[in-house]
Formats: sequence, C-alpha cells, structure tokens
Amino acid sequence: MKFGILVNEGPYNHQASDSAYQFAKAALEKGHEIFRVFFYYDGVNNATSLGQPPSDDRNVTKNWQKLAEDHKVDLVVCVAAGLRRGIVEGNLAPGFRISGLGQLIEAGIQADRLVTFGD
Amino acid sequence: MSVLHTVNKSPFDRNNLDSCLNHAQPGDAILLIEDAVFAAMAGTAVAGKMADAAKTFRLHVLGPDLKARGFDPAGVVTGVTVVDYGGFVELAAQNKAINAWL
Amino acid sequence: MDEMDSGIVKKFMFVNRKAPHGTVYALEVLEMVLISAAFDQDVHLAFIDDGIYQIKKGQAPAEIGVKNFSPTYRALEGYDIEKLYVEAEGMAERGLTEDDLLVPVEVLSRAEMGKLMAEMDVVLTA
Repeated sequence: MKFGILVNEGPYNHQASDSAYQFAKAALEKGHEIFRVFFYYDGVNNATSLGQPPSDDRNVTKNWQKLAEDHKVDLVVCVAAGLRRGIVEGNLAPGFRISGLGQLIEAGIQADRLVTFGD
Repeated sequence: MSVLHTVNKSPFDRNNLDSCLNHAQPGDAILLIEDAVFAAMAGTAVAGKMADAAKTFRLHVLGPDLKARGFDPAGVVTGVTVVDYGGFVELAAQNKAINAWL
Repeated sequence: MDEMDSGIVKKFMFVNRKAPHGTVYALEVLEMVLISAAFDQDVHLAFIDDGIYQIKKGQAPAEIGVKNFSPTYRALEGYDIEKLYVEAEGMAERGLTEDDLLVPVEVLSRAEMGKLMAEMDVVLTA
C-alpha cells in the first residue's frame, strides 16, 4: 500500500514529527511504500540543516534524512510555508527538497492513504 | 468501508476526543496516540465514556506512547486494544481514510 | 501540468476545528484549499468546533497587526469551491447564527456532518 504522510509541526516542540517518523519506519518494515512525506506549517522546520540537538537526544532531521537515504523516501518541504519561516535552499538539509503545496494534494490523490501528524 | 480516527490530545485538556466520538460512525476505528493515551486508562474520569464508546467503535491505544508516559498497557479500559506502530500502520491500511482530530 | 490531470477524482475534505488569528492553521489551510482547486477534485470544507470562528463576519485584525485573510473565504466560489458546511450545534454553542457568517454555507447537524465525513477519501484537518 502507498502511504502519504503530512507533518504539520516542527521538531522538538511537539511529538508530531517523531510519531510520523515511527509510523513511516513501521510502514516500510511491513513492506508498504511511502509515496511522499510533506512538511507544512511549522513542519518545514524539520528540514533545517542548522539544528544541533544535544548528542544524547535523537536528531529528528537526521532520522528523516536516513529514512530518505535508505528507502528513497521523497521528503518535500512546502515552499510558501518555508519562505515564511526562513527554510530556503541555503539551509535545507540534504535529502529534503522544496516544492509547492500541489505536491501535498498530489500525494492525497496518488497515495492510497494520507496520514496527518500535527497539533 | 470504515474510517480510522486518530486523537492526540489529552481529554483533560482539549475536546478533540469528544469531537471525534461525536462524529465517528459506528464500526469506525479510533486510535489514541501521544497525549490522548491518558484517555485509555482505567480509573479516570473518562473511563466510563470510553467503555461506552467501545460498544460502538473499535478503540485502540498506541502502546509505545503509554509506556513513554509511565502507564502499563495492561491497565487500559476493557474493550481498548493496545497496538504498536506496526498496528497503527495496519489500522491505516485496513480503513479507507484516516481522519486526524487535530 | 500532467500531475494535475491524473484522471482520478477523490472526495477531499478540509476540516477546520481551530479559531483564526491565535494560531496560523486557518490561514495556511486556506492556502491548501486554493491549491486543491487546480487539481479538479471534489473539495469540501467543514467548519466545526472553534473552526466556525474562521468565517465570523466583521473580522478586523488590523490592531493585532496581522493580515485579514477572511475575505478569501468569499473568493472560494471563484475557484469553484462551493461545498462549505457548518455544524449547527457548534454554532449554537458559540451563540452564533448563520447571519454571523461571512459566506454562504450549508448548515448540517452534527450527525449529518459525521455521515458526510465518512464519505470522504482524503480528510485534512488542522
């Protein structure tokens, strides 16, 4: 089954991104496909390359990057939400790409299920 | 085909769970995650409501979120099924849409 | 664009449960709704709980220094987004009537809203 995932909150402030990551990991382990993970609202902050969490904590951005690397997961950051919050090509973590909101609607159309994680 | 509803807020803080219960259709699946897992425990002020809801809906709670908060999955209200993230994925796959009560 | 013409038409519902201005959700949901219009999907907007406050008439946020995006709801019709639903019980709880709303809507009971939601393929809530 093809899943689309929408992440509405940034890392660390809220569990949403962690929950979405655990869901994505479990889906891949069960042999499902992740069509796309779309980051919207403050969720765009998951894609910053500038975060430096303490070494004894998980690194949310790196978790996503590793998932993208190992399983070719498409990580898309909303351009408009990103511009508003200062997430641009210059500080975008590798593995993420910036694109339009249409990519979310497309995920809703193309994926079998769209799962939202937010506040 | 039924719908999976996810709820992530404590019933002692917000009305997300009530709003979900008021809109879900009989036979739908409901999964409590993050801070909504408190609603699954026996002995709370909402335990009676949950036991009633279990007659109409398929109630689930995410075990890892319960354990993270110091609660024993064995202590949930009768009728609530404890699942892991794999179970969450299966619920999402088995229902036709996922409605997150944010 | 090819991706906008997939030939698949799904029932989308944007469920609004949060008040405007206190958080950004209402504004950015509206941006999603406008984009969805380009994909020729069957788009529905539901206003329940505090989401009903999003379409309260007379919003004037100038003094709090934020953009007044409420006129956009009236522009949705121009994008062929005309399925707007408001829950009667939620309006009554908040002391509001249809006259307080800035855009024409269909008023549904909570039970009817639940049934409508169950028909959707994709539900986006914020």
